[in-house]
Amino acid sequence: MTARWEAVIGIEVHVELATDSKMFCGCAVEFGSEPNTNVCPVCLGLPGALPVPNRKAIEWIMAIGLALNCQVSHKSVFHRKNYFYADLPKNYQISQYDIPVCHDGYLDLPNDGESVRVGIERAHMEEDTGKSTHVGDGGRIHAAKSTLLDFNRSGVPLVEIVSKPDIRTATQARAYAQELRAIVLELGVSDARLEEGSMRFDANVSIRPEGSDVLGTKVEIKNMNSFRSLERAIDYEIQRQIEATGSDSDVIQETRHWDEEAGVTHSMRTKEGSSDYRYFIEPDLVPMIMDETWVATIRNKLPELPAQRRERYLGQGLDESSAGVLSDSPAMLRSLYDETVSLGADTRATANWLTGEVTAWLRKTGTEPADLRLEPVHLQELITIVDEGVVSSSAAKEVLEGILSGEGSARVVAERRDLIQISDSSALAEVIGHVLEEHPDAVASYQEGEQKVVGFLVGQVMRATQGKADPKLANEMLREALGGS
Amino acid sequence: MTLHEKTIVEAGRSLRSGEVTSEDLLDAVLLRASQTEAQLHAYLTLDKEGAREAAGQADADLADGIDRGPLHGIPIALKDNMCTRGVETTAASQILAGYVPPYDATVVTRLRDAGAVIVGKTNLDEFAMGSSTENSAYGPSFNPWDIGRIPGGSSGGSAAAVAAGSAFGALGSDTGGSIRQPASLTGIVGLKPTYGTVSRYGLIAFASSLDQIGPLSKSVEDAALTLEAIWGHDPLDATSYSAEYPDVPADLDTGVDGLKIGVIKELAGEGYEPAVESSVADMVQSLSEAGAEIVEVSLPTVDIALSAYYLVAPAEASANLARFDGIRYGLRVEGETTEELMARTRAEGFGPEVTRRILLGTYALSAGYYDAFYGQAQRVRVALRDDFARAYETVDALVSPTSPTVAFPAGEKIDDPLSMYLTDICTNPANLVGHPGISVPIGLDEQGLPIGFQVMAPALGERVLFRVAAEVERLAGFGARPVIEELAS
Ligand SMILES: [Zn+2]
Repeated sequence: MTARWEAVIGIEVHVELATDSKMFCGCAVEFGSEPNTNVCPVCLGLPGALPVPNRKAIEWIMAIGLALNCQVSHKSVFHRKNYFYADLPKNYQISQYDIPVCHDGYLDLPNDGESVRVGIERAHMEEDTGKSTHVGDGGRIHAAKSTLLDFNRSGVPLVEIVSKPDIRTATQARAYAQELRAIVLELGVSDARLEEGSMRFDANVSIRPEGSDVLGTKVEIKNMNSFRSLERAIDYEIQRQIEATGSDSDVIQETRHWDEEAGVTHSMRTKEGSSDYRYFIEPDLVPMIMDETWVATIRNKLPELPAQRRERYLGQGLDESSAGVLSDSPAMLRSLYDETVSLGADTRATANWLTGEVTAWLRKTGTEPADLRLEPVHLQELITIVDEGVVSSSAAKEVLEGILSGEGSARVVAERRDLIQISDSSALAEVIGHVLEEHPDAVASYQEGEQKVVGFLVGQVMRATQGKADPKLANEMLREALGGS
Repeated sequence: MTLHEKTIVEAGRSLRSGEVTSEDLLDAVLLRASQTEAQLHAYLTLDKEGAREAAGQADADLADGIDRGPLHGIPIALKDNMCTRGVETTAASQILAGYVPPYDATVVTRLRDAGAVIVGKTNLDEFAMGSSTENSAYGPSFNPWDIGRIPGGSSGGSAAAVAAGSAFGALGSDTGGSIRQPASLTGIVGLKPTYGTVSRYGLIAFASSLDQIGPLSKSVEDAALTLEAIWGHDPLDATSYSAEYPDVPADLDTGVDGLKIGVIKELAGEGYEPAVESSVADMVQSLSEAGAEIVEVSLPTVDIALSAYYLVAPAEASANLARFDGIRYGLRVEGETTEELMARTRAEGFGPEVTRRILLGTYALSAGYYDAFYGQAQRVRVALRDDFARAYETVDALVSPTSPTVAFPAGEKIDDPLSMYLTDICTNPANLVGHPGISVPIGLDEQGLPIGFQVMAPALGERVLFRVAAEVERLAGFGARPVIEELAS
C-alpha cells in the first residue's frame, strides 16, 4: 500500500536585532569583538544587577510584527524562563510567555501562480545567551576538557517568530525563510546573517495522510545554517518519517540535529521532563504598554515591503521573475529603477539592464552597489538609443561600460567609442555590393533556394563594418539585392 | 550623652558647630564596635580604611564650605546584601565568600554623594531569608538588650549596630519585615518605604517584587532624612518610580489632630504577647487623646497573607538565586560535568533555610502546581490590595504591633521554621501590597525588652506615615538605651 503523505511544517525563527545596545543593558551589540569585552554586571548576571528594557528593540519588534500583519498587544509582559545552562548567566532567560508583543499575523509567500499564506502565531522579545566553546576534543561537549564562555552575545535582543503549521513542502519552508529575511533586511532591524547566527531557524515537521486534518507526531529539527540546509533537512526529515511510519522505528516526538555533511538528521536524545521552564512574570520589569499612537507611529514609518514592491513591479509590466529579482536587488539599484522609469524609460528594459548588465558589472569590478555612479538620465538615453537602433544591443553593453567608467552620456560614449550603427541605407548599399561581389557562391546558393546563406552574408557585412551595421537593415537590404523571396 | 549615642541630627549639629569632626564620629563608632562586636557580631566587614578616607574627605569638604546635607560626615552601616565596589559583599552566604563587587549599588552611590561615611557591612540571615539573623553562614548576631537573644532579622546586624551605637544609622532591606521587625526587637526606628521609591539596583535580590531598601535609625527624623538621601527614580531599576520626595519634614511636628487612624483587627489575639498587646493599646489610646480619630478596621485577607507571602517570596527567590552556580564568581565546587559542578556548588554553598526556600519556590512554580500555588498567591495579593484600598477610603493610616513578640532567645525558633515565619505576620502585608510601613519603639516589657509599634500608609503616603510616626515617638518618649553586658572572659 502506498499512501500519499502530506507534510505539516512550522518554522521558528530567531532574529538578533542590530540595535546599538543590548536588550537590558547599555553594552554594545557587535559581532566579532574580543571575547567578554562587551559585558557589564547586567549581562553577566552579577548579584544585584537589574534589567532595563531597550525601547528601540521594542519598536523594532513592533515593526517586524506589523510587517507580518500581526496584532500588537496593547499590554505585554516579560516572563522568566528558568533553566540551568552555563552560557545563561542568570540561569533564566528573560523572554515572553502568554502575552507576546505581536500575535496573529500572516505572510504571503512569493509564488508562481498558486498562493500560499503562512500564519504567524506570535513574535516575541527575548534576550540571547552567551556562547560556549568546548576546548580539548574536536568541540564535542562530552569529550571536551574545558569550556570557554563568551558573554558578548549575552543579552543581545532576540526576536522569536513562530509560524503556524501552514507550510507543506521544504520549498515553501525555504521561501518562507527567505521572505522573512528579506522583510527583516528591508526594515533594517537585523544583519540577518545566517552564517554568523544572527538569523537562526528551527523547523517542526510531521506527516499525515494527504487530506487528513489530524496532526502527526511532531519532530523538531535544529542546526540548519543556510536556506539550502533548511530545505534539505526538511526534505530528508519528511522522507525519514514516511519510511519510519508503521515500521518498528515509528516516529517519536523528539528534537533532531541536522548534520550538513552527512545530509541526515540525528536524534539529540533530550532528557525527559527537561522542558518545565517554570515561567513566571519577570518581577524586575513592569508591563509594556503599546498604545495606539505608538503603534501608529511605527506603522507609518514602515518602508515598502518586498511583497508590496513585487506587486508594484508587476503592475508596471514586469514579469514574476524580474519583479522578484529586482525586488531582491540592492536598494541602490531599486531606486535607480524608480528614477529611470520616472523619466519615461521602458520598465522591462530598465529592470533588465539593472538586474543584468549593471549587476554583472558590479560583480566583475567588485564595486559596492552604494558606490555605483549611474545617472538615471544616462540609463534612459541608453535604452532609447538601443530602441532607436542607434547602437546594436551588443554594442550597447560597451556603451554601458563607458557610462559606468564615467565617460559621459550614452550618445557621447557611443560616438567616442565609435559604436554608432550604420543605419544609413546608402552607406550600407556600397558595403553590400562589395560583399555580394566577393561571395558569388553564396549568391548562387541563395538563388538555388538556400535561404540560410543570408545569415552568412549579414555576418560578412557586419565584419566589413566592424560590427557597426544595423543587422536588421543589412538583412532587409541583402534580401532585396538578392532578388527578394 | 556619649558621642556614639547621638542621633544623626545631633551628630550633624555637633559637626557643623565645629565641636567634633567626621573622624571623631568615626572613631566613636569604631571604638564602640571594638567594645561590642564580640557580644553582638553586628558586622561582617568593617571597612576602616575606606571609612577613614571618606571621613577625612567629609572634614576637608566641610572646611572648604562644601556641605552635602544631613548625612555629611555621618558613619552609616550597610546590610551586606548591598553591593559595594571593592568591599566584600556576601549576603551572609558561603556561596559568595570572598566575592568583591565591581560596582556600587545605587543606594551606596547616593549615600556617598550625600557625604555619608560607610563604616562596614552588617550581618543578616543568608540572602535575607530569616527573622533572627541566625541563618547567617558567618554566625548569628545578638541583641544589645540581651545578648542571649536574637536581634530579629533579616537586617539584624544593621539593627544591632544602630541600637548599640556602632553606627549612627544603617540601611537594611525589607522583604517581609526584615527592617521593621529587627528595629522593633532592638528598640530603634525601621522604615520600609513604598515599593519603587528606593532603587534596588545593586541589592542582591531575595524576592524582587517585595524587596525594598530602607533606613534603620535612632529617631523618626533620622529615618526621614536618610530616606531623602536614597529616595528617587533610578534609570537602572525599571521598577523605580519617578515620584518627587514628599515634604516629610514639613509634617514631622504637625501631630495627629484630625487624622483618622485604623487599628487592624486581624493583627491581635492569639500568639501576641500580652505586653505587646497592652503597649500597643496604650499607644492607640494616646493617639486618640492627641486628637486622632481611632477606628477598628478589618482586612480579612490579612489572615492568609502570610501563606501567600511564603509562596511568592520563595518562588521569586528560586529564580533570583539560580545565578549562583559556581561558573562566574563566588564559591565553586568542581565536578565531572557542568551540571555536577553547579549542583555541588549550590548544595555546598547554600545554607538549609535558603535551600528550603529554593525548593519551596521551585515547587510552587512547577508545571501542574503553578496555578494552585504561585497563581493563587498572586490572587491573594490582589485581594489584599483591595482590602487596603477599601480601608484607606476611610482612614489616613493603619497601625498594629510590628512583631507579635519581643526578642526571643537565640536558638528558640531556629529548628521550627513555621514559628519563625509567624514572626513576620504583622509586617509582610505591607510588602505584598507595596505600601510603606515604619516601626517606632514605644516601650519595654517587664524583662526590659523593646516593643515596636507599626504605622502603615498608602503607596507614596510617606508624608502622613511620618506625621503619625513622629507623634508616636513623642507620645512614647522612648529614650532607653541598651546596656551591653561584658562577655565573661
Ligand atoms: Zn551588559
